[in-house]
Amino acid sequence: MDQTFVIIGAGHAGGQAAATLRTKGFEGRIVIVGDEEYLPYERPPLSKAVLSGDLEVMRTFLKRETWYDDKNVELRLQTLVTKIDTANKSLTLSDGETLAYDKLLIATGTRVRKLDLPGAELDNIFYLRAISDTLAIREQVRDGAKMVIVGGGYIGLEVAAVGAKLGCEVTVLEGLDRVMNRVVSPEVSEFYTEEHEKAGVKILTGVGVTDYEGANGKVTHVVTADGAKHEADLVVVGVGVIPNFELAEEAGIACDNGIVVDEFARTSDSDIFAAGDVTNHPNSLLDRRLRLESVQNAVDQAKTAANSMLGELKEYAEIPWFWSDQYDLKMQIVGLSEPDDDVVVRGNIADRKFSICYLRDGVFVALNAINAPKDFMVAKKLVAAKKRIDPALLADVDTPLKEM
Amino acid sequence: MAKMNITNRDGEQSQIDAEVGISVMENLRENDYEMEAICGGQCSCATCHIYIDDDWVARTGTRSDEETELLEELECMQASSRLSCQITVTDEMDGLTLVIAPDE
Ligand SMILES: Cc1cc2nc3c(=O)[nH]c(=O)nc-3n(C[C@H](O)[C@H](O)[C@H](O)COP(=O)(O)OP(=O)(O)OC[C@H]3O[C@@H](n4cnc5c(N)ncnc54)[C@H](O)[C@@H]3O)c2cc1C
Ligand code: FES
Repeated sequence: MDQTFVIIGAGHAGGQAAATLRTKGFEGRIVIVGDEEYLPYERPPLSKAVLSGDLEVMRTFLKRETWYDDKNVELRLQTLVTKIDTANKSLTLSDGETLAYDKLLIATGTRVRKLDLPGAELDNIFYLRAISDTLAIREQVRDGAKMVIVGGGYIGLEVAAVGAKLGCEVTVLEGLDRVMNRVVSPEVSEFYTEEHEKAGVKILTGVGVTDYEGANGKVTHVVTADGAKHEADLVVVGVGVIPNFELAEEAGIACDNGIVVDEFARTSDSDIFAAGDVTNHPNSLLDRRLRLESVQNAVDQAKTAANSMLGELKEYAEIPWFWSDQYDLKMQIVGLSEPDDDVVVRGNIADRKFSICYLRDGVFVALNAINAPKDFMVAKKLVAAKKRIDPALLADVDTPLKEM
Repeated sequence: MAKMNITNRDGEQSQIDAEVGISVMENLRENDYEMEAICGGQCSCATCHIYIDDDWVARTGTRSDEETELLEELECMQASSRLSCQITVTDEMDGLTLVIAPDE
């Protein structure tokens, strides 16, 4: 009898895993169960080209509908998995059906963290995780609209950049002392703040949002702790995400801020695997466990999981990398920097083309390349090699990184 | 539709009916060719590297500076290297011949 492999979550990791299973020659039944209405798609354009109207929604799909028919991959969309029964190896679905599996992949990703503030039920307060969110935001974006962004992380700033480009009056409210606080050095935060201000975006830091005010059911103001009221036609909140691991935890699968997996994407249950934003996984290149929210991680770990489901164990260990597009600024990030790292500026920030290098105990651990794709490419290799590099040399733009 | 002749990473040749108006990368992805294309066409990752057949180089347009900079740091870069997400397929590209570059 053919085996049945079920994938929970029709997102980036889920879609990738199905494709890898088929290209690796798996001929059994594959069922993807996902609660969204769309085919598995890429999320990065949602705060970039799809929001700005430069990319059609359809072009974010990992594969077209015909692919799933041709490859005999069953899609059960708009369907939630409500329970995993590991003893009987079956799932309960929101439509009441049960679905048996031989092997299961959990790729449930994350959901947005919601701000439970007075007025949160008002219309025109949005979060951004799914295609439906982007489409809803787009409907409210128009020339002169007052857009308030709560949270100055990557997604908030990307939305701010698109909003400004489309003629909105944008205000960003960030609770900490600078934007992108957790992920980049103060130099980068300052540079991006100035670029946003040049585009007419108002950035306020160190301000906590306390409540929303509205009229006729629609938001009109965002109120901050200092008593200020920020006028808003629409609000976009981007204050982080929460991994969707409750389903696994309730089924008795080991979880710790995510589903705990090994380097082969195997969970504590030998027939169950997990990949993507939802996993707490080891990385031998970084000598620690971590949970990541990135496409690179979703794709690479999904491939590892698909291989493991087929009995072929290939370790997953990559130096994390990520990108963010704001205006004509392309930021590419390699490695994970920490607040205590030593920072070396490579290039002249005023040229709008530079890199920030992060050293930990003398070892090159991370880099942010701003309009400097060459540095990004080379840094991937240098960080993986745990190179010790003289800061003075790093700061010298006349010495290419690859000679270090 | 435009015919596209592709050599994959194992050196096997095949032909697809490419869709016009979307990128070469999207066509390769839809047809399950092994290639990462992690950033989905944003010119941010250089994991969609291909070589264009010499006869076609001129007809597939020119690289942007950004594209060139990413390509130049790849070990397998050649004169005919392109990032496949940066080429939009047109009717004139009927017969386009390319090789998928190794993963690095
Ligand atoms: C606006 C935005 C911009 C981004 N930009 C970038 C970027 O520039 N670069 C980058 O690297 N990353 C970016 N990311 C992050 C990236 O998109 C994620 O890391 C990636 O989507 C993770 O893939 P995943 O498969 O783990 O999760 P997801 O893609 O979130 O897929 C999980 C799916 O599972 C579904 N699901 C959850 N529970 C259940 C259940 N019980 N039953 C059925 N279905 C369920 C969810 O609804 C979802 O559809 C961005 C994310 C967003 C939202
Ligand atoms: S897909 Fe990333 S550069 Fe082409």
